[in-house]
Amino acid sequence: MKLTIFAGTPGAGKTAVLLHMLKTLIRQGVRPSIVKIDCLYTDDHERFSQCNIPVLLGLSKDMCPDHFSIYNTEEMISFAEKNNSDYLIVETAGLCHRCAPYTENCVGVCVTDATSGPNNPMKTGPFLSCADIVVVTKGDMISQAEREIFRERVLESNPQCKIVDANGLSGQGCAELAQLIGDNKKEVTRHEQLRHNAPFSVCTLCAGEKRVNRNFHRGLLRNMNGFQEYVGE
Amino acid sequence: MEIIESITIKGGIDKKGMPELLQEITVTRGEIIGIVGPTGSGKSQLISDIEQIAQKDTSTQRKILINEKVPGEAERNDPRKKMVAQLSQNMNFFADMAVFDFLSLHARCRNKTGVDIDEIIFLANQLTGEPIHKTDNLTILSGGQTRALMVADVAVISSSPIVLIDEIENAGIKKHRALELLSGQGKIILVVTHDPVLALSSDKRIIMQCGGMRDLIESTSQEKLVAQQLNRIDHEILALREKVRQGKMIEYIETELLGSCFNSACYL
Ligand SMILES: Nc1nc2c(ncn2[C@@H]2O[C@H](COP(=O)(O)OP(=O)(O)OP(=O)(O)O)[C@@H](O)[C@H]2O)c(=O)[nH]1
Ligand SMILES: Nc1ncnc2c1ncn2[C@@H]1O[C@H](COP(=O)(O)OP(=O)(O)O)[C@@H](O)[C@H]1O
Ligand SMILES: [Mg+2]
Ligand SMILES: [Mg+2]
Ligand SMILES: [Zn+2]
Ligand SMILES: [Zn+2]
Repeated sequence: MKLTIFAGTPGAGKTAVLLHMLKTLIRQGVRPSIVKIDCLYTDDHERFSQCNIPVLLGLSKDMCPDHFSIYNTEEMISFAEKNNSDYLIVETAGLCHRCAPYTENCVGVCVTDATSGPNNPMKTGPFLSCADIVVVTKGDMISQAEREIFRERVLESNPQCKIVDANGLSGQGCAELAQLIGDNKKEVTRHEQLRHNAPFSVCTLCAGEKRVNRNFHRGLLRNMNGFQEYVGE
Repeated sequence: MEIIESITIKGGIDKKGMPELLQEITVTRGEIIGIVGPTGSGKSQLISDIEQIAQKDTSTQRKILINEKVPGEAERNDPRKKMVAQLSQNMNFFADMAVFDFLSLHARCRNKTGVDIDEIIFLANQLTGEPIHKTDNLTILSGGQTRALMVADVAVISSSPIVLIDEIENAGIKKHRALELLSGQGKIILVVTHDPVLALSSDKRIIMQCGGMRDLIESTSQEKLVAQQLNRIDHEILALREKVRQGKMIEYIETELLGSCFNSACYL
């Protein structure tokens, strides 16, 4: 089975692009299952269910959505297997900019919004820099110069990636995306490894501490000047 | 880079899914083509198809050939190898950076070494009213200043054998000068316009309807003559516009301008 993970900031156009891409895949006879991961709320599962394909929803709530999707990867694979799918497609709102949900044998797709400005690719973090494919949406809203600069910045952050210019409204570029994903012959295994380690700064705040004063904090902590230390036993 | 002799648009489908009436158009080096039609008729979509060198992968299913061939991936995507410069309809920038930095970065993307950024800003300032400064942030520029800067950027940094221009008459910039900057000897130029002066001055014009190319009209010599007359009227109107902008009163205009069918008294 092919595992494809779509990550991208909220509103980047992941669902819009996916809905177009799914049409192409379904026409090609692919049997996809979709999993949508979000933090607090989403109605994407209803949008996907229009395609008449199995859809599973997970809300990460207090957990980092990427950690949540990593932790639940096996369950998602089982879901797709139960539905006899040959493609498992996961849409996740990669929010914390330190994690990337991609595993070694998935097709990692980062969806990024060209109107977010040319500095955005540098801020996006590992879910852009470790992606196989970077989908740039909303190019219809900006000038050619800005599109070209945005593209350059994406390549600076991830020189190996394939870039697809897609339009979530018209579906332009989505067939090319389906093709690129199809060309990637990796199969997901039961022993997946992450491409990028999740952040190791675990601290008392992660465990629910609400007091701000630094005396109350333990763990791997980082100072404003960049100095990182372990505080605790 | 190989010389671009022609560009071919192979028709696809209109908004209703019907085949376009015009199934193939070839534009050759040195030609200026107008694109006209009501708003929403697909003019911008047509030039966007050309910008992307569409291969039946856009909503219109058009296919674009250059020198009768499908260009390679790099020619379609890599800004360093691009053959198309596009002035789109956008009226604002999203990039949060200074004018100078933006232009320098774009020059680097297009591999244009040795461009004089100050010169580009100078050209932009010839098209607009209040001057743009190189330290200005892009996002504070007005619609007109933005358009002026986009024109100068396309003219110098994106300078390419194929030039696509979308509604240059918008935003109150000096359109004649802007067009002059963008056009050049031996280029292929497509201009989306609602302006009769620009439409009639082009060699041919594509008529758009319902997302499809409906017809191709060749400007007659009579039309070119009309274009010249319109051009004179246009210059007068633009001169008046400048006066109004400068806060001057206009209580009199040349009667000959209004032609024989008007008399100035009833017009005023
Ligand atoms: N103009 C334009 N709008 C787009 C494009 N792609 C998506 N949109 C719009 O952007 C908005 C957000 O798109 P979604 O597909 O819901 O974004 P998402 O990434 O799935 O968002 P979340 O699931 O909430 O994280 C919608 O209103 C889309 O219609 C595009 O290429 N151009
Ligand atoms: N052949 C077509 N098939 C489907 N949609 C189209 C087609 N041509 C244009 N459109 C869509 O119609 C809308 C209006 O077109 P646009 O090019 O912006 O019009 P104009 O520039 O003439 O005002 C756009 O959303 C465009 O993508
Ligand atoms: Mg979504
Ligand atoms: Mg338009
Ligand atoms: Zn995280
Ligand atoms: Zn913590």
